[in-house]
Amino acid sequence: MRRIRAAAIGAVTLSLALAASACGGGSSTDGGGSNDSPKTLTYWASNQGASITVDKKVLKPELDKFEKQSGIRVKLEVIPWSELLNRILTATTSGQGPDVLNIGNTWSASLQASGALLPWDTKNFGGIGGKDRFVASALGSTGARGEDPAAVPLYSMAYALYYNKKMFADAGISKPPATWDELVADGKKLAKDGKWGLGAEGANLSENIHQVFVLAKQHGADFFTADGRPDFTSEGAVTAIKQYVDLMAKDKIIAPGNAEYAQNQSLSDFAKGKTAMVLWQTASATLTSLGMKDDEWGVAPAPVRSGTPGSGTSVNSMVAGINLAVFKNTDNHDGALKFVKFMTSDAEQKILNKAYGSIPPVKAAQSDPAFNTKATAALRNTLAKSAAALPQVADESQFETGVGTAVKELLADAAGGRPVTTESVKAKLEKAQQQMPAK
Amino acid sequence: MTTTTATAGTDRRTVSGSTPGAARGPRRPGRIRRIGLPYLLLLPALVLELLVHLVPIGIGILMSFKALTRFSIRDWGAAPWSGLDNYKISVDINAPAGEALLHSFWVTCGFTVLSVGLCWLLGTAAAIFLQDTFRGRGLLRTLFLVPYALPVYTAVITWAFMFQHDNGLVNHVLHDQLGLTDKPSFWLIGDNSFIARLTVSVWKGWPFAFLVVMAGLQNIPRELYEAAALDGAGMWQQIRRITLPSLRPVNQVLVLVLFLWTFNDFNTPYVLFGKAAPEAADLISIHVYQTTFATWNFGTGSAMSVLLLLFLLVVTGLYLLLTSRRRKTADV
Repeated sequence: MRRIRAAAIGAVTLSLALAASACGGGSSTDGGGSNDSPKTLTYWASNQGASITVDKKVLKPELDKFEKQSGIRVKLEVIPWSELLNRILTATTSGQGPDVLNIGNTWSASLQASGALLPWDTKNFGGIGGKDRFVASALGSTGARGEDPAAVPLYSMAYALYYNKKMFADAGISKPPATWDELVADGKKLAKDGKWGLGAEGANLSENIHQVFVLAKQHGADFFTADGRPDFTSEGAVTAIKQYVDLMAKDKIIAPGNAEYAQNQSLSDFAKGKTAMVLWQTASATLTSLGMKDDEWGVAPAPVRSGTPGSGTSVNSMVAGINLAVFKNTDNHDGALKFVKFMTSDAEQKILNKAYGSIPPVKAAQSDPAFNTKATAALRNTLAKSAAALPQVADESQFETGVGTAVKELLADAAGGRPVTTESVKAKLEKAQQQMPAK
Repeated sequence: MTTTTATAGTDRRTVSGSTPGAARGPRRPGRIRRIGLPYLLLLPALVLELLVHLVPIGIGILMSFKALTRFSIRDWGAAPWSGLDNYKISVDINAPAGEALLHSFWVTCGFTVLSVGLCWLLGTAAAIFLQDTFRGRGLLRTLFLVPYALPVYTAVITWAFMFQHDNGLVNHVLHDQLGLTDKPSFWLIGDNSFIARLTVSVWKGWPFAFLVVMAGLQNIPRELYEAAALDGAGMWQQIRRITLPSLRPVNQVLVLVLFLWTFNDFNTPYVLFGKAAPEAADLISIHVYQTTFATWNFGTGSAMSVLLLLFLLVVTGLYLLLTSRRRKTADV
């Protein structure tokens, strides 16, 4: 009997404890943040280096420096790209998130729409030295036009053409291609004996989007109309996507196996000398970590139809990069702003962007000679002259999923030997457009 | 059933025995205690069940009636009600979203039937063959259970490597060594992805069938086989007339569990194919995930999940109804 009573009491206690702990979670989502814990910050960094360990090694000394200056301890978590967006969504829903976080700059408008991020109005921007400190193209990728930016540019990147010097010399090619026609011609010379002209990440939706977005620009097409409606099936868009898929289907300069690549295998193929060219954003640091020496590869602006990169239809890269955002319901509002100021200071910008091989979006930091080397000069010029921001609309992530999947399926068709025609491209794009949320 | 009655009986005796001289109303507290105790002991399990299963299911159902998109996830209680709109989108098979869901539903049905069938067949066959003692039986039994014991992620990532086009083991064996295909096949994209998905699913699922059937076989009396053998029944007849009918109750549960697991499996396709599964292997779990997370449309995703839940409930109910009725008639 005593035992039963003990069990009964235990049961009731356990249930009460469970119920209480379940109710205890969650926090208010209405407030605009507070300063309840001024001594600590949680920072979610994206994976910028060759591995998460590399990132920790790069960031740790800087965070220590910040702690010495401000007395605020920063708890660092480096989150892989495959998880970052889901983690942010979960944090948004539950209100249990970091104080400061890195976001892919193409997500700015989508996340802005969720209202989870602190808007960077004139006052907040003033606190970190004002908008004028930043490069215009990077600022163009921080949120929807006409609204306060949802984040501040942290690292800038751009696409460039990386090529294997020895393979080029062996094939008798004297200079890197400047137009797509030249790229295809060179690719055909290079694609033989089990080696290939160009690499691609065919199953990586974002990578597909970056490539076809630029190609569509070159054909005068945008995937969204000026008022933010999806427009995937315009003639320019269809031509652009067909041109990209044809690099594998018709020109046969991309290995069919690349259609299933999604984990940067094309870059390791390049480092191993299996493919002669890749279109990549800031590859230098990764190439070094893959064992390729600096003098083995060259870098040139990504091709455009006219041969001279510029604005409008001569765009040859998206504005790639990472933005730094503050979570709206942070419990260390002032500390978070201080941390952003620290991370975007001239000195830190130089250190961090050097470590990652990216370009500082802060103008003053760009004067450092490190950003005028072979690897970085091409990227810096591209960002300054011929890069365009991906559509800054709230539906951007759906666009990446829909059109990115369409390109993935078309590449799969090409790899499997099925014909890729203007009609089949258009049909896939129509399907993607129909799946966009109704307005 | 008998156990419960016996416990209740003892309980009553104990209670009345322990409080013989209670002055006031000995009956009522005793009765409440008697009736209440089992509920009290079940309370932790009930609360946990509520927290872990029922509350999330309830919230999921609630969400399916809301227009919950990225604009409202931050304060999702305030998301506008949308009535049956999410369901209309999901079941309108003339519109792209409904059409895609229906396609995914058929793929999943075909896949589940094949996978459960093969798992059951392999598991039963292996269990029957390993019923007789022979040298190395224990080793084989252990070996067969390995896929079941491996962590899903590790196992599926290994499969993804093996299915790679350029360097995968599968193509190496099928194409390079055996020369069965003209050129290396794609397994992770295109139509073959269905076969790849099925292979992994059967590989992962059949050890469970093997384990359960093996346990069931231990309960079949040896004498039945001896008597059958004396009457001249061959092995095939023994399997058909003794083994399978005796396994019926085990199989009833086994097939149901396999069906539910296979139909709902999310980890395997997600690890194998990533966020966008190829059309041929566009299983419903990953399809719902894509609708929900990749496009941030949590309302429609929830509606699809609720429809899936209803479908599985109906199938499970019908299945149990039919199989128990058959069993009853068989018993008579």
